[in-house]
Amino acid sequence: MLRVEHLRIGSLPPLSFAVSSGECLAIEGPSGSGKTRILRAIADLDPVEGQLFLDGAERREMPPQAWRRAVRYAAAEPGWWTDTPRGTLPATPASRPRIDRLVSALGLVEDVLDRPVTLLSTGERQRIALVRALADEPKVLLLDEPTGALDVGATALVEELIRFQLLAGRSVLIASHDAGLIARLAHARLQLAPPQDRAPKAARMSPP
Amino acid sequence: MTYVPLEISDLALAALLLIANGAVSFAFRLGLERSLAISALRMVVQLAVVALALKYIFALDSPLWTALFALFMTTAAAYEVVSRQERRIGGAAATALGAGAPFFAGLVATMFATTLVIGPEPWYAPRYVLPIFGMMLGNALSGTSLVLDAMTSAAVRERSAIEARLALGAGRFEALDGILRRALTTGLMPIVTAMATTGVVALPGMMTGQILAGIDPVSAAKYQVMIMFLIAGSTSIAVVAAGLGSVLLLTDERHRLRLDRLRQT
Repeated sequence: MLRVEHLRIGSLPPLSFAVSSGECLAIEGPSGSGKTRILRAIADLDPVEGQLFLDGAERREMPPQAWRRAVRYAAAEPGWWTDTPRGTLPATPASRPRIDRLVSALGLVEDVLDRPVTLLSTGERQRIALVRALADEPKVLLLDEPTGALDVGATALVEELIRFQLLAGRSVLIASHDAGLIARLAHARLQLAPPQDRAPKAARMSPP
Repeated sequence: MTYVPLEISDLALAALLLIANGAVSFAFRLGLERSLAISALRMVVQLAVVALALKYIFALDSPLWTALFALFMTTAAAYEVVSRQERRIGGAAATALGAGAPFFAGLVATMFATTLVIGPEPWYAPRYVLPIFGMMLGNALSGTSLVLDAMTSAAVRERSAIEARLALGAGRFEALDGILRRALTTGLMPIVTAMATTGVVALPGMMTGQILAGIDPVSAAKYQVMIMFLIAGSTSIAVVAAGLGSVLLLTDERHRLRLDRLRQT
């Protein structure tokens, strides 16, 4: 279970919420309202005040590497540091079959991992980044616009995969503009106000 | 072994060529006259001051004054490093790194050269220490500038790749390893190129100076080889220190990329 207490991000009011395993929290709001900042803060990628607990352990009690291996952030625009996506994936024998399963579950062909990153489409890159994020089985997924660059068919596959992750007991936080996707997946929603009219009560949790 | 001493009138004659340069700039409206004049004047004044200062310090032969002059050179070097960066890391630690890396490298190489390689009596003889320290400092300085610049601009350009690696559970040195390796290569490139082409493309300035001053070319070449080795050594110390230091400064103890520490200059 991921528990967030008094997380202070920019001009947003302090945020406190919990996401149990198998639960999906959607973060909604217009561009610039702080969706990405919340996800990045939970992955401990930005310095912010507040406490984050994973199964009772605060983030500062463990090394940042261990925290981010368990609480996995997948950016809306994934970064690449090798010529082909293969180099960015874990290469242990144990992860191999898992990667193959994820690749086919997302409707990708196997050899897409060995093509130059620059020649892949945005949608392919986004799906490979999702494979990469799931390959070492994190406990919490922080997905930033996971279907932003995808067509209807690919979106359905990603949605199915997220549902499967929930069934496997992972907590999922998802920031998205896709109202349909959120309606189908989310157990709870965090609504953020537009950046200009930010009153103290602008962020609120609504029951499903 | 004699050399022809230069008179002030000889220098004035040499300056005629500079005036030709100014005329070209004027004729083609390059607008360089002003900066030409200023930089030529700066060169003359700086060298005159340094020459007089060195003459004085050589005569004093005191370790304290030698150290003070070396410190002055380091301060000038630190200023150069900081002002040459397109983006610089804010904070005192970054300035300390920019000045400290060349200083430390220059100090190590100079002590090494004067105590073990050349061995003048006393080892701190300013006549040996200061010119060598200056050369070490100058080269270590360019290396440090190149590395810091390469590190900061690559960190900005490849932010999403670095953060992707951090998000996947990499530590800061792992996430920045490609950038660090490239920055170190950049920092060492000038000295590697210089060693490979020296003597073929151009005679090094110091060797030319010694030959003009009447030293036998073989002795001059020996001195040059020693200096090149020392430069290579001190530059690599400074480059590695600047590279590792900048990784620490661009990230924090929670292994986050901290581009908010960069200032545009």
